[in-house]
Amino acid sequence: MPLLRPDPTFYPSPKLAMQAPPEKHAFVALLNPTFKGKPDALAVVDVDPASKTYSQVVGQLDMPNVGDELHHFGWNACSSCLCPYAPHPHTERRYLIVPGLRSSRLYVIDTKPDIRKPKIVKIIEADELAARSNYSRPHTVHCGPDGIFVSALGNPQGDGPGGVFFMDAETFDVLGQWELDRGPQHFAYDFWWHLGYDTMITSEWGTPKMFENGLVPDVLLNSGYGHNLQFWDLRRRKHSQVLDLGKEHQLVFELRPAHDPTKAYGFVGVVISLKDLSSSIWVWHQSSGSWAVKKVIEIPAEPADPDKLPPLLKGFKAVPPLVTDIDLSMDDRFLYVSCWGTGEFIQYDVSDPFSPKKTGSLHIGGIVRRAAHPGNPKQALNGGPQMVEVSRDGRRVYFTNSLYSTIDEQFYPEGVRGWMVKVETKPEGGMAFDPKFFLEHPELRTHQVRLEGGDCSTDSFCFP
Amino acid sequence: MSEGDSWLWATLVLLGAYHGINPGMGWLFAVALGMQERNRRSVWRALPPLAVGHGLAIGAVVALAGLAQWVLPLGTLKIGVAVILAAFGLHRLVRHWHPRGSGMLVGFGDLTIWSFLMASAHGAGFMLLPFLFQLSPHGEHAEVHLAAGAAAGAGTGLAAVLIHTAGYLLVTGLAAWIIYTKLGVAILRKAWLNLDLLWALVLLATAALTLVL
Repeated sequence: MPLLRPDPTFYPSPKLAMQAPPEKHAFVALLNPTFKGKPDALAVVDVDPASKTYSQVVGQLDMPNVGDELHHFGWNACSSCLCPYAPHPHTERRYLIVPGLRSSRLYVIDTKPDIRKPKIVKIIEADELAARSNYSRPHTVHCGPDGIFVSALGNPQGDGPGGVFFMDAETFDVLGQWELDRGPQHFAYDFWWHLGYDTMITSEWGTPKMFENGLVPDVLLNSGYGHNLQFWDLRRRKHSQVLDLGKEHQLVFELRPAHDPTKAYGFVGVVISLKDLSSSIWVWHQSSGSWAVKKVIEIPAEPADPDKLPPLLKGFKAVPPLVTDIDLSMDDRFLYVSCWGTGEFIQYDVSDPFSPKKTGSLHIGGIVRRAAHPGNPKQALNGGPQMVEVSRDGRRVYFTNSLYSTIDEQFYPEGVRGWMVKVETKPEGGMAFDPKFFLEHPELRTHQVRLEGGDCSTDSFCFP
Repeated sequence: MSEGDSWLWATLVLLGAYHGINPGMGWLFAVALGMQERNRRSVWRALPPLAVGHGLAIGAVVALAGLAQWVLPLGTLKIGVAVILAAFGLHRLVRHWHPRGSGMLVGFGDLTIWSFLMASAHGAGFMLLPFLFQLSPHGEHAEVHLAAGAAAGAGTGLAAVLIHTAGYLLVTGLAAWIIYTKLGVAILRKAWLNLDLLWALVLLATAALTLVL
């Protein structure tokens, strides 16, 4: 039955989206790292502080296959449905598109009528994805004004190029490669856009063969992973510009464009610099008709006792911050940065994107630090802040601690024990853990979080 | 024009107003461009190409129907138009196609094409045909002065397209102005009724009307 009014979770502008009611449920991708006959799962977590089951898993959907490696996922529809050039406001935000990064399988999961009992309604197998798009390893999912966009890290053989493919928003059929002209682009990872400027941005990791068994030290030390930002004409599906961050800047990961469609800038995190193991955050911005990029934050590595470091890092006598995820609040004011290596979670005021101010810092987990959660101060934790999600009003931030099965093992050789935490923020900056919210999963590792009704890395807008 | 025709002309204007009030037919685009460029003039600048595109889409269907009247008996043509309208209506009940490849950096040509495609995809032109058939100098007098009949038919068709587009432009401009200057886009969340659903029903109703009138 079609909706008679727009889906209530759609907001014309980020400003209006900030008035959304607080979320009551979160969806979390759970990874089974052993692959021993047990599948990954999608968990439904109660995030309503007034509820008796607050901070607990209240629903879990096990996948019907083993070894998917659930990772990122996204909604079928969001506020971009209100965009004036392709409006379909009466579509429901209802289905989660959940890719298996290792299996290349895509699940379409219905979150209604009971949000605690999501159901699989469609499965797209790797063969079908390959036949229709010549891509594999689907990664980031974004709901666009005229369909669902998904990035893919490679071709079906595990080589490049990776790219972006397109899905029909109503039938969920894979429609094919999005790019009509990819120019020099070869590596893929994350993507997002500036709808107000008809611009897509893509970032770079490596081909599946370069990461599926873990990061390859030789490739990394020879600057073999991605170090570029790619810009695209979103309307004409054409490559338009490449910005090289410098080949020492390896693994260009999460892209967070300003939510306000009139602002032409955004943030991207770089995992590691070969020069000094630092991580960095860069701002891309428009400058006399083309795009430019500038490093605005550098987070140094911390010296460490080699005995406490995994084999990969012993020779460096330092623990790299490993910024693997960042997230920007809906008002484009606060940037949250996960340092998966050092176990630090940082809040920056980026009101002026070119001069960020550090306004908060928390520690939890970390390769050396093993910091505890205030809910259980004696328990040393591993893994570190990783996938971040910010509520639409900006007052609550959730994050989890697993990165990718084989890479977890390289940096945390004993195996990451999955957890999820919640942070409360102050309107003028500053943040603290909610001591009552510490979700530990005994067997499965936690990855991306999506919030009921939308969050700060889902919706995009055509009105300021 | 006979006295009895005035309700037909009024219907053509009202259909224009109905097309204009639909946010998906243009006024919302004008508002968005004004907000994106932070300039009221961008709202006004969007209106002429939107109207031209809409008028061309309507005109194309009217011209086609006019030509078809030369080779097909009116009864057959009406059945054909009814089938097309019903197909549009049923299709819009289940699918929500819209043109791909548009965006926010659009000039006069882009907006004209967008408006043309949007109106065409919604079967807007066909909606006018049952009323236009009533206006056409068809029937027992038509075959007497073939050339004169054609000229009169073309003139009526053109007048119909223009008066319909005027109704469209008036409402599109009014809606854009009120939303841009007074109400703001927050109202979309409540007031954007599922016009697609209504639109589909109107298409089905006009399909029936084509046969009855």
